[in-house]
Amino acid sequence: MDPDLAEPKVSYFADRVRVYPRSVRGPVRRAKWAILVACLAIYYLLPWLRWDRGPGQPSQAILLDLQNERFHFFNLVLWPQDIYFLTGLLIMAAVALFLVTSLFGRVWCGYTCPQTVWTDLFLLVERTIEGDRNERMKRDQGPASFDRAWRKTLKHAVWLGVAFWTGGAWIMYYVDAPTVTWEFWHGEASAPVYIGAGLLTATTYLLAGWAREQVCTFMCPWPRFQAAMLDEQSLTVTYQAWRGEPRAHGKRLAAAGTPRVGDCVDCLACVNVCPTGVDIRDGSQLGCINCGLCVDACNEVMERTHQPRGLITWDTFADQKARQAGGTAKLRLLRPRTFIYLGALLAGGLVMGTALALHGNLEMTIEHDRAPLFVRVPDGAIRNAYGVRIVNKAQGATAFTLSVSGVPGAQLAMGQEGQWRTQSLVLPVPADTVANFRVLVFAQPAPGAAAQTPVTFTLRNAATGAVISGRAIFIGPAPQGAPQ
Amino acid sequence: MAIRPKNAAKPPVQTTGHDWDGLQELNNPLPKWWLYVWFACIAVALVQFVLYPSIPGITGYWHGLLGSSTRAEVDHDVKALVAQRATTMDRIAAMPIAAVAKDPQLLEMATTAGRITFANNCQPCHGAGGAGRPGYPALSAGAWLWGGTLEAIETTITHGIRSGDADARTSAMPKFGADGILTPDEIQSVADYVMTFYGTPVPGADTRKGAALFAANCAACHGAEGQGGREVGAPRLHSRVHLYGDTRDIVVSQITNPRAGVMPFWNTRLDPATIKSVAIYVHGLGGGE
Repeated sequence: MDPDLAEPKVSYFADRVRVYPRSVRGPVRRAKWAILVACLAIYYLLPWLRWDRGPGQPSQAILLDLQNERFHFFNLVLWPQDIYFLTGLLIMAAVALFLVTSLFGRVWCGYTCPQTVWTDLFLLVERTIEGDRNERMKRDQGPASFDRAWRKTLKHAVWLGVAFWTGGAWIMYYVDAPTVTWEFWHGEASAPVYIGAGLLTATTYLLAGWAREQVCTFMCPWPRFQAAMLDEQSLTVTYQAWRGEPRAHGKRLAAAGTPRVGDCVDCLACVNVCPTGVDIRDGSQLGCINCGLCVDACNEVMERTHQPRGLITWDTFADQKARQAGGTAKLRLLRPRTFIYLGALLAGGLVMGTALALHGNLEMTIEHDRAPLFVRVPDGAIRNAYGVRIVNKAQGATAFTLSVSGVPGAQLAMGQEGQWRTQSLVLPVPADTVANFRVLVFAQPAPGAAAQTPVTFTLRNAATGAVISGRAIFIGPAPQGAPQ
Repeated sequence: MAIRPKNAAKPPVQTTGHDWDGLQELNNPLPKWWLYVWFACIAVALVQFVLYPSIPGITGYWHGLLGSSTRAEVDHDVKALVAQRATTMDRIAAMPIAAVAKDPQLLEMATTAGRITFANNCQPCHGAGGAGRPGYPALSAGAWLWGGTLEAIETTITHGIRSGDADARTSAMPKFGADGILTPDEIQSVADYVMTFYGTPVPGADTRKGAALFAANCAACHGAEGQGGREVGAPRLHSRVHLYGDTRDIVVSQITNPRAGVMPFWNTRLDPATIKSVAIYVHGLGGGE
């Protein structure tokens, strides 16, 4: 048999290589802890922030009340039709992510992504119970023992506890926190509450405890397309190969006649502390979440070996290229790319801000009846019927006054009381509701009047003086001789 | 001094061994757990095959161990909906219609139920929104033949008009021409007079003879001023809205050989609560009294 055709012994499926990240000290680690505490504090405590909205209204500052179809953000109340605010917010978040990535690489991945934050938290638990990298590896590779068993059991118990706390905090964004806490422990909460808490508990435990870096390298789409935001001017965690290579153990002072030795002592500290287990010295890569823990680890080694810090640091491709050639490149934060992202962000913010500023608590829509388009009543008048929908987002029942203009001598009546015609109608709308009215408009047909006349409905809140209007048309018979 | 070339410890990316004229296929292996998740999905799918309707056969299909059926689910949902509405509909059935219309919650329910029932049963003749058409009263205009109060509308829907129901509203206009009660000339005179009620008098016509004939023959039912007579379903003539049309020809035809419409009774087809709902909807179209 031709040896070329023999199937080589390769496997298309790989065992997982376990990552045992070592602990590390330094300014980057401290910043990462601070961000972790801030993010988790916001997540766990925000639902408990109270906000007085008056009687009968939820007193939670942030509440996504799905059951009553109201989203509360402090004084802002969003109704289902205001969902575009959420769309706008998500678009701005995406553009902000593009901007930050083009400037500083994947800082989102490294510092604020929930996967990173919770994995960091779970690693802290693991390290506290099972010890640091070497101890964990040794115990895992050693024989089964009681020591290992109780440590693993305790670790998973604590993990599940944290996961449950996470899942429990999640549901508090959707129902009143103190109420649901009481109901939860008394078995009185609704099924979605238990299912939601259970689901988030399970995903937190699995993703942060078991899946960890596998999420970043095999599940998450973001590392795959983030390359589109990076360019040679982006600041990313970089190994300065020009300075470090050729890497070597031992003394730094090369004897005369031997090849130059780089600053890298090949101690693997950068690899050992990496939460995703990559080797930053291979260059920018998919597995690197740009967290910079290797920066802290390397600096420690550089100090110990009396070499300049910053062998691994934040730098740009452009600068690395220049340094390879013996020069330096200036850092350019303002580039066409960043201007475009910044411009999109500002434009989005302007649109959102304007929409928010104009976001009133009263809306009216007028819909002309589709059939019949008009009715002739016994006294000869032409009657049009309209569906008037009033959205009263205010926290108080209000009697609104509706009048109409555009058709001479027009009179109004409520759908149920066609015979009582007046110049204006009083429409009571309870607080925080949408009210529908069927309003009839009567007018004597004027000779030669067009079949369609534009009309304007004006709604006035007598108490506040607020006025809004809506446009519609008044339809009558086509003038004699005109095409129907 | 141990100098190691960069990446010396790392083997190059494995290839599958396939080689086409120097082109090699790299092997970046999939994590095994990913494969196991796929197997788990297949296992779940197999369980679902057994539990739910899945495999088609020649004369039937595998029904699944759970006996699941979307048809049964719809049945169940409809029953649940009827049961949910039953309380409200029972209250509507038990109360007088005027009291139903005064209760905002019942009024909303009745209007909604009435709108749907009207569209399914009444719209073919009376038109969408009760617009009416020649021979079929315009319910939204308020040109009532037998009365436009809630109670009157309810009675009309329940028993119908000339419908054969024992309590049906019934009346007949004499055939003044066909039965020779009035001569053709007299009928023309009456028609001239009636056109003054319509707001479109015949230019130059002398209506004194017609007025006398109207007072003698028509006023008993249609009223001295043509205001109509609801006890007998006599249309209001002093109006701009007319059952069969606005022209003098139609008036002449209607006096000579009157048509009389039939409205079916609905008490055998709709339950009392639904009839009340339709009455409330019709009343709210704009012509209710």
